[in-house]
Amino acid sequence: MTWTLGINDLDALAIGAAILGTGGGGDPYIGRIMAEAAMTESGPLTVYTVDELPDDQWVIPIAGMGAPTVLFEKPPRGTEPMEAFQRLAEHIGAPDAWPCPIEAGGINSMVPLQVAAQLARPVVDADGMGRAFPELYMQTYHIFGISGSPACMVSEFGDVVILDRVHDNHQLEWLARGLTIRFGGHSFLAQFPMKGRDVKRAAVRGTLSLGLRIGRAVMEAQKRHVDPLRAVCEAANYAGYGPAFIAFRGKITEVRRRTEAGFAKGQVTIEGLDGDRGSTLAIEFQNENLVARRGEQAIAMVPDLVTVLDMQTGLAITTERLRYGQRVAVVVIPAPSIMKSPEALEVWGPPGFGYPFDYIEPAFQLATEKGE
Amino acid sequence: MKYRLGVDVGGTNTDAVILTPDDRVVAKTKTPVTADVASSIRYAAKTVLEQSRLTPSEISHAMLGTTQVTNAIIERQRLNKVGLVRIGAPATLAVPPLTGWPADLKAVVEHASVMVRGGHEFDGRTMGPLDMEAIRRFLDEHAHNITAVSVTAVFAPVNSDHELRVRDLIMDEYPHLAVSLSHEIGSVGLLERENATVLNAAVTRVAAMAAQAFENALRDLGIDAALYFAQNDGTLMAMDYALRYPILTVACGPTNSMRGAAHLTRLDDAVIIDVGGTSSDIGMIRGGFPRQSSLAVEVGGVRTNFRMPDLIALGLGGGSRVRMSDGRVTIGPDSVGYRIVEDALVFGGDVLTFTDVAVSLERAQIGNRRPAVSRELSQAAYAEAIRMVEEGIDRIKTSSEPVPLIAVGGGSALLPDHLAGVSEVIRPDHYDVANAIGAAIAQVSGRVDRIYAMNGRSREDVMEEAVSTAKAEAVRAGADSATLDIVEIEEIPLAYLPSNASRVRVTVAGVLAGESA
Repeated sequence: MTWTLGINDLDALAIGAAILGTGGGGDPYIGRIMAEAAMTESGPLTVYTVDELPDDQWVIPIAGMGAPTVLFEKPPRGTEPMEAFQRLAEHIGAPDAWPCPIEAGGINSMVPLQVAAQLARPVVDADGMGRAFPELYMQTYHIFGISGSPACMVSEFGDVVILDRVHDNHQLEWLARGLTIRFGGHSFLAQFPMKGRDVKRAAVRGTLSLGLRIGRAVMEAQKRHVDPLRAVCEAANYAGYGPAFIAFRGKITEVRRRTEAGFAKGQVTIEGLDGDRGSTLAIEFQNENLVARRGEQAIAMVPDLVTVLDMQTGLAITTERLRYGQRVAVVVIPAPSIMKSPEALEVWGPPGFGYPFDYIEPAFQLATEKGE
Repeated sequence: MKYRLGVDVGGTNTDAVILTPDDRVVAKTKTPVTADVASSIRYAAKTVLEQSRLTPSEISHAMLGTTQVTNAIIERQRLNKVGLVRIGAPATLAVPPLTGWPADLKAVVEHASVMVRGGHEFDGRTMGPLDMEAIRRFLDEHAHNITAVSVTAVFAPVNSDHELRVRDLIMDEYPHLAVSLSHEIGSVGLLERENATVLNAAVTRVAAMAAQAFENALRDLGIDAALYFAQNDGTLMAMDYALRYPILTVACGPTNSMRGAAHLTRLDDAVIIDVGGTSSDIGMIRGGFPRQSSLAVEVGGVRTNFRMPDLIALGLGGGSRVRMSDGRVTIGPDSVGYRIVEDALVFGGDVLTFTDVAVSLERAQIGNRRPAVSRELSQAAYAEAIRMVEEGIDRIKTSSEPVPLIAVGGGSALLPDHLAGVSEVIRPDHYDVANAIGAAIAQVSGRVDRIYAMNGRSREDVMEEAVSTAKAEAVRAGADSATLDIVEIEEIPLAYLPSNASRVRVTVAGVLAGESA
């Protein structure tokens, strides 16, 4: 069923999208300001579920790319996402295309909402990552064989670059990342244009609703003074995600960081509290959280969502903000099956991030507390 | 002889101390803050001068820590009308200046804003020529209705050229306007830095009034000393520097008390607890300086990226109310505050406070009668207080090793001598005026927090440049260059941008020029 997303939902979506960012994806703050400004003009948005999407409807995923630090120092002009979207729509002859997220986690959850509001179009309740990932080809759209090109990138000066034909999606990532650096470290791009029938077979469904559900659950739990972590788990059992569980409660005792090939990598060590007293959980991260180990045993890994939440508030803590002494809970949200096909795991399973082992299902039986 | 006078104007009290050249306390006082801040400063300074039996000419340096600038922002009083210049268009247009400000503060501070072309990229390349004509038009139109200008350019912490050119224009052609430049005030993160810069522009007049009051008070007493302001990172600024960057004095109070505590114990690495009547602050000193918070800090409802100490505030103080409900004992967060001398059981009142609990367990001797509290309740309440303190200490620590705890503030006498995670509880002399001591002993610092593109440069080269920039900054603020040490150095690579750019933070500090032996 189509549903309506209003300005008052943005608070909850920002909280939920930060959780789906699994430690990365960028703080939704600036994206939220832009979406809010556009929606103040446009009024509430119509959201289409994938089921209801007409097969012949053109859909164009739209997002920001690059360093969140740059975005916070050089906020956008505000017209870039819409222009990238429109120029690509014109280029492919689909002037009535609808926007859709590529990434449900972090700031990119907000970008399509701004475009939908500015153009008075519906937005699609789906995305290509089901969380946050660092590279453009890490999308189900790619995994289902859809071409990322034609794609369009726009700078704040209105420079428009159409990547008309790029022979594979890894090459598209390489070219777009290079342009992003030349654009000053951050850009907006529209890519993977496709028809409704392709969205139906290739998208991770319901992820806009999922972000909103999780955020609302956190806000509601805070208001009622009940445990927000359990609320996150319950809300996350949706659209094929789950069963989510609280894998660990503890205190951060060490954060180590290092730079490798330009990536911010590291590991956080958490010492158990309450029921987990006496044991230790470590999470390795590269922008996002990748693998969680309890002692020697890996208990959860990409592409399942390993999230570090403040124990009291239930809010997400990004990898850049992890610090000694924080009381945290690690909540694992198993990704839906579309993200765990053999083809998908090849892209974003542990080997996709350089690990010498294959994906295994999360160790639900080791969970501290199971979500209901 | 060169003696130093430290004055701390707080919410309730003005504290003053005089220190010897080797930093020993020779006089101290605590007096209530009066409506006329200047007269309470004069009174406190006069009291310590008389106590010390020094002649006014023996005071060579005077340091002021004050809440006046903070109060002006919170009360929306005595603020300048500011003209806002942002450089970086067409980038940044999506988020206009003062987005998210409380409407009443915005109405008081903002006269007009302009967003013009110019600014730089993260790697220092220019985004385009600076549109001086647009700035001139803006100033011609508004110069008569404003008293201050804030200038914020995109990536000014990487390349400050465009901000400096606007400053030169204003100094040449609009000399009556005070100019605040963002790269001198904040770090990477345009919106927060711009907020801080606008606030700085807004408070230059109130800072000048505070400085004038301090100067006058001392002149009346015959003291002719070099004057300094305490800033929120625990270091000092020479008066002329402070008049240009008054916003950096916001929230210097907790920092001063932490620095004072460190000084009184001669410890560089310790956890500090400052227990007042209503609440306690727990912070950490590393290398002699308070550890900084990494979260966005709000001042008067405005999001900033100030260099604030990382503090954990507990609703636990000497006057905190103790209650029993559903078989559970709770303490605070409400307190009888300054009414403790009437309301607490130990003073004959009828409110059970944390002080009463500690006295009944013979942890402290305060008041004039034994409080009638059951031993069971006292023990439960005291255990709860210990739990709060221990959890706070554990959260602020950077490793699981036990660390020394320095207890200061009027309520610190209520704490026990043994706490989990603490190697030793230290209770220094003069713990009640630690904040004024912190102001008096402070060093001068310089800081760099910016993004460096590493392309074609060695890491050593970049770090060396950052350190020398920070040192130059410290000398500008009044430090003796020969005494500068690196206090903090950190490099964080940018996420999602494998192009070899890093955010580098360096802090250096040294003693006041003209003071070292």
